[in-house]
Amino acid sequence: MECKQVTRLAVPKTYKLYIGGKFPRSESGRTYEVLSKKGAFLANAALASRKDARDAVVAARAALAGWSGATGYNRGQVLYRIAELLEGRREQFAEELISSEGLTKAAAAKQVDTAIDAWVWYAGWADKYVQVAGNGNPVSGPYFNLSTPEPTGVVAIVAPQSGESLLGLVAVVAPAILAGNTVVVVASESAPLAAINLSEVLATSDVPGGVVNILTGSPKEIAPWLAGHADVNALDLAGAEGLDWVYLQVIAADTLKRVLPPVTGAPAPSLERIVAFTETKTVWHTKSLI
Amino acid sequence: MTEIVKKSSFLDYAPAPESTSILHLQKSYGLFIDGSFVKGHGKAFQTISPATEKTIAEIANASAKDVDTAVAAARRAYDRTWSKLSGADRGKYLFRIARLVQERARELAVAESLDNGKPIKESRDVDVPLVAAWFFYYAGWADKLDYAGLGPNPRALGVAAQVIPWNFPLLMLAWKVAPALAAGNTVVIKPAETTPLSALIFAEILQQAELPDGVVNIITGAGDTGQALVNHPDVNKVAFTGSTAVGRAIAKSVAGTGKKVTLELGGKAANIVFDDAPIDQAVEGIVNGIFFNQGHVCCAGSRLLVQENIHDEVVDRLKTRLSTLRLGDPLDKNTDIGAINSREQLDRIRELSDIGEKEGADRWTADCVIPDKGFWFAPTIFDNVSTSSTIAREEVFGPVLSVLTFRTPAEAIAKANNTPYGLSAGIWSDKGSKILAVADQLRAGVIWANTFNRFDPASPFGGYKESGYGREGGRHGLAAYLESAGWSASK
Repeated sequence: MECKQVTRLAVPKTYKLYIGGKFPRSESGRTYEVLSKKGAFLANAALASRKDARDAVVAARAALAGWSGATGYNRGQVLYRIAELLEGRREQFAEELISSEGLTKAAAAKQVDTAIDAWVWYAGWADKYVQVAGNGNPVSGPYFNLSTPEPTGVVAIVAPQSGESLLGLVAVVAPAILAGNTVVVVASESAPLAAINLSEVLATSDVPGGVVNILTGSPKEIAPWLAGHADVNALDLAGAEGLDWVYLQVIAADTLKRVLPPVTGAPAPSLERIVAFTETKTVWHTKSLI
Repeated sequence: MTEIVKKSSFLDYAPAPESTSILHLQKSYGLFIDGSFVKGHGKAFQTISPATEKTIAEIANASAKDVDTAVAAARRAYDRTWSKLSGADRGKYLFRIARLVQERARELAVAESLDNGKPIKESRDVDVPLVAAWFFYYAGWADKLDYAGLGPNPRALGVAAQVIPWNFPLLMLAWKVAPALAAGNTVVIKPAETTPLSALIFAEILQQAELPDGVVNIITGAGDTGQALVNHPDVNKVAFTGSTAVGRAIAKSVAGTGKKVTLELGGKAANIVFDDAPIDQAVEGIVNGIFFNQGHVCCAGSRLLVQENIHDEVVDRLKTRLSTLRLGDPLDKNTDIGAINSREQLDRIRELSDIGEKEGADRWTADCVIPDKGFWFAPTIFDNVSTSSTIAREEVFGPVLSVLTFRTPAEAIAKANNTPYGLSAGIWSDKGSKILAVADQLRAGVIWANTFNRFDPASPFGGYKESGYGREGGRHGLAAYLESAGWSASK
């Protein structure tokens, strides 16, 4: 069909939360305006509430058994699938970064490509980190003795807040989920749209619902509820530099959560970030005397 | 059954106490700071034998000022000597220490049993040999840190503040000091208030090893001393073994300081016995699991989960076996159950046991003679314990076993994991595939299959969830005392 109109009226997207594989609005009914770097209106994002955070933890907990029980090979393929689908939407993500972060075309493309490559790098670790971080132990006695890392459980994450809204999110979510953890992540407050766009990729990449739950809104408001939540096992304060993160660490200590401190920018891919949210299990088994 | 056992003669042993003449104890001990014993500025206290309540020695109490002095000594030693030594030389000092522990093993075992109340057969055959093994194992790591799995050239952290409990006094010291020194850190360590003796003899060993002054400082005192130590601004690392309540307080107090922390806290381990288990071995394992060291073990198998169809048989056999345990003089070579470490702990065990009874569990206590003096608690089993019962949820830290039943592996796993703790667990079955499947599902850091309470310097130990974080032992134990110099993705 030939279009004779000079301009076509665009169909804007409604940006919602991503909880348990679904896209609900905030139960509070609240939204906040997301502006471009130049101050233009981009969207109304959901302003997640304490209840949304708790719902997200419930979803993450429910997804944990299935995800942590999947084979490393399977999780690796799912992570690789995320990279594949992100690759197919490079242009869209780059364009959105240009408007939301005010990047040049080249810088936006580079951020998207780096994020895709991070998924690929981490995908390859899923069936290897156990070998590298675990080992057999030569104990003095007739015992088989093996140490292996296992996922810590539900990880709450404050995504990097300054710049690199896509890469920052990927840099903290990928290492946590590859090991089999499920996550509740609070996206960049000022540039949350990349996070919700990413959730559309996740939803179509065979990532089971609830493995990644994304909240948009105020980290200052939501993070304390996650830090103090008794069903959260670990807390990544990567993007909490501007918050009272010491207080968050203090309330996380009530249930002895594993805590990673704030970092500047998007953390580089590292095995250290994978192992940070694992627990080493050591199994002893007797050997019979023959 | 109890009657028959009591009348039989094979249990009548003549006393066979280990002589204390091997000890050369001082009347009073100072703080070991910068290579020598110095006076403490707090009010000195007595350490007593929990078996007799007699005073062993007077112990100095470190004030906040003494903590300052000790940390300053450790910092100086780190800056001027220890960080400048080669890994090979650090290793040689640790090898020396291991050998000296072996040479003075009997003396250390007697001191430990005297001060702690644990049976000499345990201090002699478990605690002290493991202490030597721990130093020997980590000695070899000191010049091989590049292979510790943290990338090339991992760095020491600096000064480590270490606070240890009273249940395995010298062994906990070894778990803390050996990896810290191998990794290149210097140490200020505080033994528990009720069990400082073996650490002070260990200080003499450090002098004999000619370990440079200030590399290890041993300060005695109570909780406030420990608090001052972990909160000292000039320590880089905090390592604590003890209760979850104190661990939580430490995690809060060091929040935001950047100090690296490892916590080895409480537990409420499930010991799961399936109906296809070798029952004789399982009964021995249950006994070892909860009555080893009077149950003063954070990883003790304090919840027996027994498959319903073998419940009666297992509990009957357990009672028979417990009736043969000999309770009494910790220094006697025939003693199986020694003294409870302190009056305070005894009160706690009594209180929780009374609650267990009030909440409806069936209490059974081995019939044994309790000495007049000292702190004692006879081996006790609570049967028909519900999952909501206090004694099924809280750590008793004494010779008290709660018995619960299950029907399916899924139920056993759900019950085993139904606790905020996650330190250890036991599985008894002759079926290897079942053991591995169950082990996969248990949320605990150490799992013993067809055995229990095994420890080895090569084997990482530590908990999930509220049992703390970090590992002690093995290659993983080094990570607690090292900083990676970079582990990023290579491009």
